Amino acid sequence: MTVSPSLVHGWTRRRLPSELEDARAEIAEITWNEGLRFCETVFEMCSFDEINMLASYGGFPVRYPHWRFGMEYLRMKTGYEWGLQKIYEMVINTDPAYAYLLDNNTVVDQKLVMAHVYGHVDFFQNNAWFKYTNRKMLDEMANHATRIRRYIDRFGLETVESFIDACLSLENLIDPMRPHMRQDDNGIGEDDHETETTETLKLPSKSYMDRYINPPEYLKEQRQIIEAAQRKKQHFPESPRKDVLLFLLKHAPLNRWQTDVLSIIREEAYYYAPQAQTKIMNEGWACFWHSRTMTGHVLTDADVVDYADHHSGTVAMRPGQLNPYKIGLELFRNIEERWNKGRFGKDWLDCEDAAQRHDWDTGAGLGLEKVFQVRQTHNDITFIDNFLTEDFCRDNGLFAYEYDKRSKQFLIDSRQFAVIKQKLLFMLSNRGEPRIMVTDGNHGNRGELELTHQHEGVDIQVDWASGVLANLSRIWGRPVHLVTALEDTPAVLSHDGDEFKVQRNAGTKSKS
Amino acid sequence: MSIIDKDLDRFKEIVRGKVRRELRKYMSSREMLGRQGKKTVSIPIPDIQIPRLRYGKNEQGGVGQGEGDEGEPVDGEGQASDKPGEHSLEAEVSLEELARIIGEELELPRIQPRGSRQVDSAKARYTGISLVGPESLRHTRRTYKQALKRQIALGTYDPRRPVIIPIKEDRRYRSWKVAVEPSFAAVIIYMMDVSGSMGQKQKDIVRLETFWIDTWLQHNYRNLETRFIIHDAKAREVDRDTFFRTRESGGTLISTAYGLANQIVQAEYPVTDWNIYFFHFSDGDNWSGSDNNKCVDLLKKHMLPVANMFGYGQVDSHYGSGRFLHVLKENFPDDQRLILSRIPNREAIMDSIREFLGKGR
Repeated sequence: MTVSPSLVHGWTRRRLPSELEDARAEIAEITWNEGLRFCETVFEMCSFDEINMLASYGGFPVRYPHWRFGMEYLRMKTGYEWGLQKIYEMVINTDPAYAYLLDNNTVVDQKLVMAHVYGHVDFFQNNAWFKYTNRKMLDEMANHATRIRRYIDRFGLETVESFIDACLSLENLIDPMRPHMRQDDNGIGEDDHETETTETLKLPSKSYMDRYINPPEYLKEQRQIIEAAQRKKQHFPESPRKDVLLFLLKHAPLNRWQTDVLSIIREEAYYYAPQAQTKIMNEGWACFWHSRTMTGHVLTDADVVDYADHHSGTVAMRPGQLNPYKIGLELFRNIEERWNKGRFGKDWLDCEDAAQRHDWDTGAGLGLEKVFQVRQTHNDITFIDNFLTEDFCRDNGLFAYEYDKRSKQFLIDSRQFAVIKQKLLFMLSNRGEPRIMVTDGNHGNRGELELTHQHEGVDIQVDWASGVLANLSRIWGRPVHLVTALEDTPAVLSHDGDEFKVQRNAGTKSKS
Repeated sequence: MSIIDKDLDRFKEIVRGKVRRELRKYMSSREMLGRQGKKTVSIPIPDIQIPRLRYGKNEQGGVGQGEGDEGEPVDGEGQASDKPGEHSLEAEVSLEELARIIGEELELPRIQPRGSRQVDSAKARYTGISLVGPESLRHTRRTYKQALKRQIALGTYDPRRPVIIPIKEDRRYRSWKVAVEPSFAAVIIYMMDVSGSMGQKQKDIVRLETFWIDTWLQHNYRNLETRFIIHDAKAREVDRDTFFRTRESGGTLISTAYGLANQIVQAEYPVTDWNIYFFHFSDGDNWSGSDNNKCVDLLKKHMLPVANMFGYGQVDSHYGSGRFLHVLKENFPDDQRLILSRIPNREAIMDSIREFLGKGR
């Protein structure tokens, strides 16, 4: 059974005051009638301190003990106390969904936040990339906390905490696409099933027919097939693995508690992964619906100024900066407009007459239908790839920038559509992180671990890699290597548990 | 006490270097001085980042929005703020408060009771709340608030008849902490190299660092006197304002500064009455080897014997040989009073301050 966050902490549960409860019911009804489909959403009123705490815990009331939550809390608390920042809303992807409202917000703010929250909950529930997230995560997180607390009691805080830190430094080495590849396993990988190498060397035959049915050429061929299969089997893993954490879980020499801790970190990383994959869309969708609901239905005359103030604050673009809320919102609006006016398809794309394009309106009226479809199937990458248009870039004044090593500052690189789009897609691909795979679990036949970075033009930060590899070698128990490239030359970064080494120009890998 | 306070305490312990010292190398402070001038500054918050495999910060570039032609610098950081639902405002923070925030883990090393101008050193401050205490210190508001909380939780509170009766467990008392006020007379002499080889960037780093050291010391120690010396091939004493503003150029003779500092100390600050601290910042590009020897001589014979500490900070510059740091290292391999620090860039300022004033050395 799920226990509400407020009960966990013995906070007096604050139901919404009747005024807000009425507003909530109204907003829920309006958005539902517009087509949003959300699960039950529980709103709780929190003081700023409570909301800061929940936010530090990633939205969950109970997490395992770890200093980084305290660090996050200090940052939020200080930010709030100095009036630098404040969190208006938070909602977690669970069923029922929990949303937290800051208790000293104005009524208009609360209404806006509620409409915004229903947008998020609809997105969590219906976007394909959230399909395999655990909706009972509230309980799961609490279970994780209990398990880790138990390990701390048994093995000591220092031991467990530093192991958690080591795991966290590998946390991003997962494969966010994995949950969508419906492997029948949930943890036990493909490399565990035996490659069939049955003795099919000879076809059955009577002895006097043998040299006709199994001629020497045929036998040779068969032998080669088997040998190839065996070679493949000897290579471990058979093919590169993106889910490095899973590989470690299965093959690293860990104690039972360490395995459990690592699996906890991995599970939580997978839980949060879709949110990183759909940040622009998710925020854009929520803003799209809060502005539609508020301006279309809920706002009273008295509320308008407050609303406009808050809304503009949320989607404001600071000079030179890109606000994911704003980009997402504008793209959704853009899609709605384009599909309402029939600005899609071959005729539209072929049309090069500026005046004609400007007045283009076939009265198709498919806007709403299209945005719902988009929210269901896309993630940020496909969203940008499909719907970011040249017109949009120009109208919103987007540009791509690069770091200039000579003047040591960021310079505007280009305002060309192709460049901007390329850059955005690169920043979003693999959640803006380098692609790392396990390529050899028995490197040099010495039981060493080899990871490979698929270099895509941007180098890995070496001093950080040193820390990561140190942690990795601690978990693997043997030296570890990362094959990558630095400044356009192949390089291997290694850590043997004591020492970090960078071997440049390692193009000719020593084969032993 | 909510459960996150435990995580917070743990984090603070790590920041102070009491536990998990291996994490300190990942520690940094978010931007310390957002805007100079006036009193608007950004607030430093300690930050520990767990290392991950990621792209180098500057390598990647990005996408922004706004005015500007190709080839022009991007305004601001040029990065998306991706924190959900947060508003950014600017805060006015007093320097005093900033000093308090950054200063928790700093101290003037080896300070000793000296001089006649001592003041009382311990002071009680009522800062906390405790569950036990004398009735005279009872915190009525907190007590009633607690009682109200309890009654609501038990369901015995009736808003139509709002009677609140505290029981023994509800009582809260003011509690105090004894704060030790440093009470020792001390003089700090700051010396800065303003020769031609120190570019604007180098001077900025030095000023920022001295500014923070000075702000923090002023806030935490009473009876501090400060003297400022700038030097190129000649040294002269200046006031605080000039120290933070001057542009000079010329050659470099470090010994002139040391000589002047030494004169000031001998004439005005007898070692029996004063704790004496020197800070010197330079790019380490001294004019000649013989002047280096002169400096070493002055340090050995006159300055180190009276100093509680001599801090030398060296910034990297394009022109400088940076030789002076090595000279000091070679000549004073293990003198505890001499602290050397290299400051390659702005980010290293906080670390450098810690090297000078970090606790427990």
